[in-house]
Amino acid sequence: MSTQASEPLDVERIRRDFPILGREVGAGDRLIYLDNAATSQTPDPVIDAVSEYYRGYNSNVHRGIHHLSEEASIAYEEAHDRLAEFVGASGGREELVFTKNTTEALNLVAHAWGLRELGPGDNVVMTEMEHHSSLVTWQQIAKRTGAEVRYVRVDGDGHLDTDHARELVDEDTEMVSTVHVSNVLGTMTPVAELAGLAHEHGSHIFVDGAQAVPHRPVDVEELGVDFYAFSGHKMCGPTGIGCLYGRADLLAAMEPFMYGGGMVRKVTFEETTWNDVPWKFEAGTPLIAEGIALAEAADYLEDVGLDSIDRHEHELTEYAMGRLEEFDDLEIYGPPRGEERTGVVSFNLENVHAHDLASIMNDHAVAIRPGDHCTQPLHDSMGITASARASFYLYNTKAEVDALIEAIDDARQLFA
Amino acid sequence: MSAGRDMYRQQILDHYKNPRNYGELDDPTFSHVGENPLCGDEIRVEVKLDEDDETIEYAAFTGDGCAISQASASMLTDELRGLTLKELAALDREDVTDLLGVDVSPMRVKCAVLSEKVAQDGAAIYEGEKEVDVTKTE
Repeated sequence: MSTQASEPLDVERIRRDFPILGREVGAGDRLIYLDNAATSQTPDPVIDAVSEYYRGYNSNVHRGIHHLSEEASIAYEEAHDRLAEFVGASGGREELVFTKNTTEALNLVAHAWGLRELGPGDNVVMTEMEHHSSLVTWQQIAKRTGAEVRYVRVDGDGHLDTDHARELVDEDTEMVSTVHVSNVLGTMTPVAELAGLAHEHGSHIFVDGAQAVPHRPVDVEELGVDFYAFSGHKMCGPTGIGCLYGRADLLAAMEPFMYGGGMVRKVTFEETTWNDVPWKFEAGTPLIAEGIALAEAADYLEDVGLDSIDRHEHELTEYAMGRLEEFDDLEIYGPPRGEERTGVVSFNLENVHAHDLASIMNDHAVAIRPGDHCTQPLHDSMGITASARASFYLYNTKAEVDALIEAIDDARQLFA
Repeated sequence: MSAGRDMYRQQILDHYKNPRNYGELDDPTFSHVGENPLCGDEIRVEVKLDEDDETIEYAAFTGDGCAISQASASMLTDELRGLTLKELAALDREDVTDLLGVDVSPMRVKCAVLSEKVAQDGAAIYEGEKEVDVTKTE
């Protein structure tokens, strides 16, 4: 594994880049932030990029002639190239659209591509561990077009049943839409294998990479995918900005998703022609500060080293799972320790509802997330209504894992 | 302020672990169900009215969910005994949090008030004042 060659992280130095990690919560305890799968914290260089934009060159992009607009336009447009490069898209901005988040990227493709390409007799294949962002989107687009949705099984240990995928994907499959990493189970799906399967059947593949891109190197061309989406706020970037990678020929052939200013070339009272990709898909004044700051987040993560981040999270997760296994009344979901999985650990403590557990952990200044994590069908299939989820990132430490364990033990004793 | 451990005073844990009035009635006058999507809590409240068709003789509940929702259902069904439907309708959020005896954190209030809303909707449906399929607190 490439992670073996990576440098260990200097976590203490990294933590100094994140001012929020110094704050106290509740009764004056230092925040222990283990809700990174929901949103990550923001380092100074990214906060500074937003601040510098508003203090120095805030203006609208693409159409201004004046100095500020030129600076903003160049920074905003180059941010697309930077994010394309970050995920290995050699086409630069022609393959990288800024969206609000992963959900909007999914909706963009589902509407702009799906409404035209899907029809009765066609099917879309997903996995049982899809986030609602893709599950609900394709489910509803399928209803509108008469297409069928199919779900690849996930086994009891959180592995995707690839034999089942081979049964489901057929000549009528128009899209395979899968998470790269499950936001509940931490499972890595075999994306390259699924891409091969989709293409063998003349289908396309969309990958929800929201839980992958922040945590490990991702190369969309190596994976061989057609579409790939991720969110800025989970990768040390601002909220409100996300990315859609799409193969250049696919994006060029697609109709727009939203209409308005900036996405047009020629407009008459009767007709309109479209601007080039990505602007064709970015109607209205875009998220300028956010896009520029997201490029800064990509720089930050690469400076730290994504291989090193991956390795650090792997070690923390192994350590956390080992400690969680000390409790015989605690069930961990997803692939067992030792297997490839990411820094997401979901669990339930016997007799303690996940929301009660999270409330008690909050009293220990430990931020975790209880609930269905936008995967209700997955939770239904696991026979539970909710789970507690701890998720790690580059700034978390073993001492914080120990605090998590102490907080869980406190809840156990309270409910014993 | 920290509402975590404080929110789980002994009384609440006692009602959660040993719920009062838990089960189904043989002869409920009305019965209604509700959900709190936040925690996935589900509660069914059943009420038996006196012959005056106005005073609650006794109430029971079934369901599962977080400690706050289950303990408040346990306490509320105790409290309902002897109340009139008018008095039930007049209960508000504070009455429930007073019963619990703790400051419920803002995010969890919907857990605390679920059984109260279910009982109120059940009564309103019985009296023909409302049509609700499943009560939700969001």
